[in-house]
Amino acid sequence: MKSFNYARADSPEAAVRAGGRFIAGGTNLLDLMKLQVETPEKLVDISRLDLNTVEEQDGGLLIGALVPNSDLAADPRVIANYPVLSRALLAGASGQLRNKATTGGNLLQRTRCYFFYDTHAACNKREPGSGCDALGGFNRIHAILGTSEHCIATHPGDMPVAMRALDATVVTLKPDGDRRRIPLGDFYRLPGDTPHIETVLESGELITHVALPAPPPGARQLYRKVRDRASYAFALVSVAGVIAVENGTITHAALAFGGLAHQPWRDPAVEGALVGRAPEQAAFDAAADALLVGARGFGHNDFKIPLARRVLITALRDLTGEPA
Amino acid sequence: MRFTINGSKREADPDIRASLLDVLREEFALTGTKKGCDHGQCGACTVLANGRRINACLTLAVMHQDDDIVTIEGLGSADSLHPMQAAFVRHDGYQCGYCTPGQICSAVGMLDEVAKGWPSHVSDDLSAPMFDDGEISERMSGNLCRCSAYPNIVDAIRDVHAQEQKA
Amino acid sequence: MNDLAMDAPYRPAALDRAQQGLLGKPIDRYEAREKVSGAALYAFEQAPENTAYLAVVQSSIGRGRVTRVDAIEAEAAPGVIAVIHGDPRMPTGEGNSRAMSAIGKDEVFHYGQGVAIVVAETQEAARAAARLVQVSYEETPGRFDAAEVEIQQDHKLGFLPPVNRGDLDTALAAAEVVVDRTYTTPIHFPAALEPHATLAWWEGDKLTVRTSNQVIGGAKGTIATALGIDKDRVRVLAPYVGGGFGGKTGVGPEVIFAAIAAEKIGRPVKVALTRRQTAYMVHHRSPTTQRLRLGADHEGRISAIAHESVAYQNEDSAFLEPVPFGTLPLYAGEARRFRTDLARIDLPATGAVRAPGEAIGTFAVECAMDELAEELGLDPIELRRRNEPARDPTTGKRFSTRRLLDCYDNGARRFGWDQRAATPGSRREGEWLIGMGMAAALRGNFTVNAEAEVILGDDGRATVRTDMTDIGTGTYTILAQTVGDMLGLPIAAIDVVIGDTDLPPSAGSGGSFGAGSACAAAALACEDILAELGRRMNAAPEDMQLKDGVVTATDRSSPLADLVRGSPISAKGKTSPGKESQATSQASHGAQFAEVAVNAVTGEVRVRRMLGVFDIGRVLNEKTAKNQIIGGMVWGLAYALTEDGIVDPRNGRFVNPDFGEYHVAVNADVPQIEAYFIEEIDDSANPVGAKGVGELGIAGSGAAIVNAIYNATGVRIYDMPVTLDKLLPHLPPV
Repeated sequence: MKSFNYARADSPEAAVRAGGRFIAGGTNLLDLMKLQVETPEKLVDISRLDLNTVEEQDGGLLIGALVPNSDLAADPRVIANYPVLSRALLAGASGQLRNKATTGGNLLQRTRCYFFYDTHAACNKREPGSGCDALGGFNRIHAILGTSEHCIATHPGDMPVAMRALDATVVTLKPDGDRRRIPLGDFYRLPGDTPHIETVLESGELITHVALPAPPPGARQLYRKVRDRASYAFALVSVAGVIAVENGTITHAALAFGGLAHQPWRDPAVEGALVGRAPEQAAFDAAADALLVGARGFGHNDFKIPLARRVLITALRDLTGEPA
Repeated sequence: MRFTINGSKREADPDIRASLLDVLREEFALTGTKKGCDHGQCGACTVLANGRRINACLTLAVMHQDDDIVTIEGLGSADSLHPMQAAFVRHDGYQCGYCTPGQICSAVGMLDEVAKGWPSHVSDDLSAPMFDDGEISERMSGNLCRCSAYPNIVDAIRDVHAQEQKA
Repeated sequence: MNDLAMDAPYRPAALDRAQQGLLGKPIDRYEAREKVSGAALYAFEQAPENTAYLAVVQSSIGRGRVTRVDAIEAEAAPGVIAVIHGDPRMPTGEGNSRAMSAIGKDEVFHYGQGVAIVVAETQEAARAAARLVQVSYEETPGRFDAAEVEIQQDHKLGFLPPVNRGDLDTALAAAEVVVDRTYTTPIHFPAALEPHATLAWWEGDKLTVRTSNQVIGGAKGTIATALGIDKDRVRVLAPYVGGGFGGKTGVGPEVIFAAIAAEKIGRPVKVALTRRQTAYMVHHRSPTTQRLRLGADHEGRISAIAHESVAYQNEDSAFLEPVPFGTLPLYAGEARRFRTDLARIDLPATGAVRAPGEAIGTFAVECAMDELAEELGLDPIELRRRNEPARDPTTGKRFSTRRLLDCYDNGARRFGWDQRAATPGSRREGEWLIGMGMAAALRGNFTVNAEAEVILGDDGRATVRTDMTDIGTGTYTILAQTVGDMLGLPIAAIDVVIGDTDLPPSAGSGGSFGAGSACAAAALACEDILAELGRRMNAAPEDMQLKDGVVTATDRSSPLADLVRGSPISAKGKTSPGKESQATSQASHGAQFAEVAVNAVTGEVRVRRMLGVFDIGRVLNEKTAKNQIIGGMVWGLAYALTEDGIVDPRNGRFVNPDFGEYHVAVNADVPQIEAYFIEEIDDSANPVGAKGVGELGIAGSGAAIVNAIYNATGVRIYDMPVTLDKLLPHLPPV
């Protein structure tokens, strides 16, 4: 690890003025700093800021950026109204990591691409312009949607996938004191030719909260994660679904996917193929077709295309069928 | 820097880069806490920080000013074992012993989480999780045991939980 | 010295007369309290105050040579004491009793090879400075792609020469049914949870290393050779070893690095490899391609069996995975061919990982047997029963003990094998396809040299001393049980001192020979003590009864302490192979059963039950033996489903050299597992009659799972591990 300056912030305003890389849970940043994948010159410790509560707001929830993953997953309001979020959180990492990892930090978790982690490998995300060893290399965990010729890495998270399906908004504070409300759908960028720029956050901008709107009434929620072992592994494919059916017609559909893209993936066309239709195989097939029409495998990850289709169709069946 | 470690106030002046794990092991000679991967992928370094189980390898010591840290040495000693330590002995919940302190600290922290009603990935009902072997295994999956004494680890934890329920 | 070569079956009479009742019992571990309280000290821990930290600089090329090392920036970094490179004693890789790997060459044999070392005041400083060392190379083209490298049939590597018995081609041509399948297994990392670590210090010209090592007696010689010093000047300590699994049988380069650095700076030095470094600086199990051919008649009698493989090694190392080792004595069949070809590749060394041979060879032979049984319409157990040989079918030797048929029968009954659906893919519960599978387990048994000293002290306590290690295997405990039974002492009256090369030489922990040989040596030492006690009691040893520290001979009894007061008794025992070892075919055996659920949507596999019944000779401690067996079964589970070391064929780097992406089993992967023993003391194996345990559990357990996956889905996968992407194309539509 390269040495760095360290400062502890005692308020969000002081934190954004301090001019450094924020650290809270540290479970991803320190992992990367030990390998010198990340080499920040200054760390600003925000872990003791008063941003660790979940409050009710406008019929929804305002989640402090420092609320640990475990606390959020166990919050009775989340369990009652946003079970897809609880499920996604609990499907991620381990008990120890969830106790440390924070809501804001988890949104910013970086890819688990093998070549991003290996500082001798070519990686445009780690070292812009160096190339991409995943293209033409072993890419079993890599993206099939929204990729570019510069980067095929995936976003590894679970929580953000559920938040994407729940229409979450990221609340931030900028160094100039301005606050922004960024819909999660606008928060992440696709890799394009700047895969090292992963979000629309500006330099020094601090995530202070995540706002969840009221859950769609009558909707059922589900999170399904497919991985290589029963626990403690990243998603190969995951789906967060929020679906409402009234009088035999799908009235609300929100579907977000993990493991498929550089960001938690959500495609209006998938939902468009469902809303207004009966919850039947034909609609499910159409949704899967819409999801995967632009999908492209890179060899080892080709299986994600049929896997995503099967997982989506089964999830839709579970979300619209007779309750278990 | 000051910490409370196993109930005692301790001071250190670590390298700014030092993890909590390395400070425990190298500064305070509390070597019961182990380093298996140093990247949060094995759980051997599990300690209780302010009552919660965490990976001591993935947190900077400097961020734990005034925190209350409990390590395996704080749970019990060879002469006076914590019930979880005694259960690991009884059920042979280890072989080489290297992951063991982390398993035990994790199990203690985990049972607290269960007592608080926290659900897990395998809970059918998030608001009223059951307690069974599947729950133990899922909740303990952040602790690798390469010797793979997992069935015995589950036995030990189930046993301690039953004792606690009785008490 | 009670020196006994196994020239004939032997069992100390005192073991049969033992009153204390310790051997075989599920006794808690001797060192249990130290381990669960964190007091047990491993190699890196509680070093002297002035110990410096070492970090290794690794090569960034896959093949070539080092041309220049520029250490200026690193040497100037805060906290750095020294940067060392170019010392002719610095090895290129791991060494063993035969030799240290290409000592002192500037040649780079693989990516990640240690090429320089940094010593600093703190760990943080050492690791950061290692990144500042600039190494220049002359790179040469490397062979990194296993699919492209040349295969050599004529080679001298490995301890298993090719076997050709009878006319295989003719026998196969004449067979009524033939199964001819090719299986592949990937790289497996031993991945002990304790990373390889060493603390080294010099006192005058004497070197002491505390290191995580399985075979310290061998390590002592290897270290001396590497450093060019006399063996008597090296002492190796390993009181606790955080898992080995074969990966700690040799001497890693970091041991020699630490010794050199400690000498150079005149202070103790310690090093622990990082997790990613262990992938490069510790050997791994070779990937293999295995062709398995079986020829049989319609009754299922095998007439031809061939197990022919390719395994890999780099130019710097001499080991070769003995792929068919477990297949040799397993099934009958006149025509037999076993061979393992060599392919040289420019990767880190391959080496012995838990059950070299059987761990992966059983995937081929046991999955092929499942296919043969299906073709013949026979139950897989019945097929095996029909091919159970009366003598070793490869060597013609008699078996020492072999209870394989009993293991099948007992296991089938306990598991409920009769509930297995005969038609694959016919049992479904919701999304899950359910299946059962079985396989034979076999692991060759080795008789080796081992010595131990037992001292019956003034206070009536006994101390057993040997340079064995306990890598989680239960050595401490079973030595105490052996001595306790031999001398009639409770465990609390016995001290076990191991893990120090100043003690009598043992075999170390490897090849599953440690338990039997170490306990045998201790039992033989105790025989001499009993003879002396007999003299002091004026009684024949066979007339003495010893229990709870009291000796009774006909009408007299005396506390042991009274008999030894003022004159402790010390004796040494030695066991070694002999004519009986040569004359017999020895192995541990078992039957493995598994029930799996395969998700029909995703291809995810969950193991719901595993059960095994095993023949391991004498059970020394039921608790530790079961634990080890179950641990092995879990390894088989992970080999079947998840463990898969991936190489980047473009440059010889590992793609997944960490626990994040190299998936060992986690708790949630593992169901409750049952293991049972059929005990028959094997008097041909060693004086305590125990056969190997530590590696047996892994043999066949993965194959049982793969066979269960077939039974669940009707899909046979030949490329291990069976990850969901391989099953997906064959699953029913959604």
